[in-house]
Amino acid sequence: MQDFEQYNSIITTGVYGSAIALILIGLYAVLIKKHLIKIVIGLSIIDAGVHLLFVAIGYIKGGTAPIFSPGNEDAAQQMVDPVPQALVLTAIVIGFAVTAVALSLVIRLYKHHNTARIDQIKSLKW
Amino acid sequence: MITYVVIFSILAVLLVASALYAVIQKDLLAAVISTGVVSLILSVFFYLMQAPDVALTEAAIGIALTTIIFVITIRNTSRNEDETVDNNLEKF
Amino acid sequence: MKKVLVLVLLVIVGYFLTDTFNLIPFGENRIGNPQDEETVAGYYLNNTAEKTSVANTVTAIVVNYRGFDTLGEVTVLFLATTGLGSILFRRKEDEEEIERINKPSSSLMQTGSRVLFPLIALLGIYVFIHGHLTPGGGFQGGAIIATGFLLMLISYKNFKAGHTMLNWVESIAGITFVTIGLWGLLTGGTFLENTLPAGELNNLISGGVIPIIYIAVGFKVAAELTGVLDILLNIKPKK
Repeated sequence: MQDFEQYNSIITTGVYGSAIALILIGLYAVLIKKHLIKIVIGLSIIDAGVHLLFVAIGYIKGGTAPIFSPGNEDAAQQMVDPVPQALVLTAIVIGFAVTAVALSLVIRLYKHHNTARIDQIKSLKW
Repeated sequence: MITYVVIFSILAVLLVASALYAVIQKDLLAAVISTGVVSLILSVFFYLMQAPDVALTEAAIGIALTTIIFVITIRNTSRNEDETVDNNLEKF
Repeated sequence: MKKVLVLVLLVIVGYFLTDTFNLIPFGENRIGNPQDEETVAGYYLNNTAEKTSVANTVTAIVVNYRGFDTLGEVTVLFLATTGLGSILFRRKEDEEEIERINKPSSSLMQTGSRVLFPLIALLGIYVFIHGHLTPGGGFQGGAIIATGFLLMLISYKNFKAGHTMLNWVESIAGITFVTIGLWGLLTGGTFLENTLPAGELNNLISGGVIPIIYIAVGFKVAAELTGVLDILLNIKPKK
């Protein structure tokens, strides 16, 4: 992905389009599906889309990874933006923790109501 | 140069197709493995955008650990999405 | 009816997202020249190699410049593990022998996981010790070690990851992190200040307190993720 003057529109559409498509697919799964595990899968896919959007903002044309190698210590001119990468590093771990707590709640609900669909749980309550 | 664009377009199409398959499929085990494939392709994207730390974190946490906690939850609940429980109270 | 409304909502959300993100051109240089201007990214890229002598810029940002956020993230992981353990609580009086796996796994898997487990643990420790020189760090190394423990937990029936030892490792690592921060406060600086000497670039012992904090974070994350997997695998099945 070094220099891409004539393919600029394809790559821009590809990166932003796939990230926004992931967010919309995850939102559809959270709002419409009835099984609780499907809803948690939707939450995980929304997380993936947002992380891709963050890292895509920090990319610079012709840049390299922000690590100094023993040969050249003053290569700071050609590096990509390191601040969104530090934010996404934290966000991935916290997304995993939220998924783990949500799944433990699903297991607990199944043990109590013997079903994991939300329309069935409404009908078992008097 | 054009190989970058071709590889990149194929990966983007695969990403959206895997996410759609994960949401539509009724067998929950296939949906969970499809979520793992989304994490895998995302890790390759992070590498192509010159972010090796983020690619390592996504590969270590998203592929192995998220898939295994989903599979443990499926083992303790139902496997199919359309499982209904028969309601004894309707037999009045 | 509900599906039509949800699709309309998705179209509106998608339209506004594309409209906003088309104002940010992909790949445009927004840092400028790091020597002249004073953007945040320019300051970090310019001063990491000189002042802190750390080769990995993302490590320097996560541990040194934005170290307080890492303390918050480690706290969130700890709260998630505690919440998980208390939701799936099992009383002591109905403590019978939990069958984690129904039938014993094949000898290929048992031999393979016994050979691979020390190598995976070694790889994880390597990744978080060299976090300031190569891509890697505490979170990646901790997740790799937890995957090694998962392999052993699946293959053997009577492999126990001792809960008291995991609790001790996690507590000592967390206390180390906070103590290093308070030490910076006591010697007249700010919280989590880099008080040890910086050293040379690309040496193993360089960068002040940054490797020590990352080693503590690596052990803490490994212990927490192993605890999560151990709690989830030992759930009493409903008869």
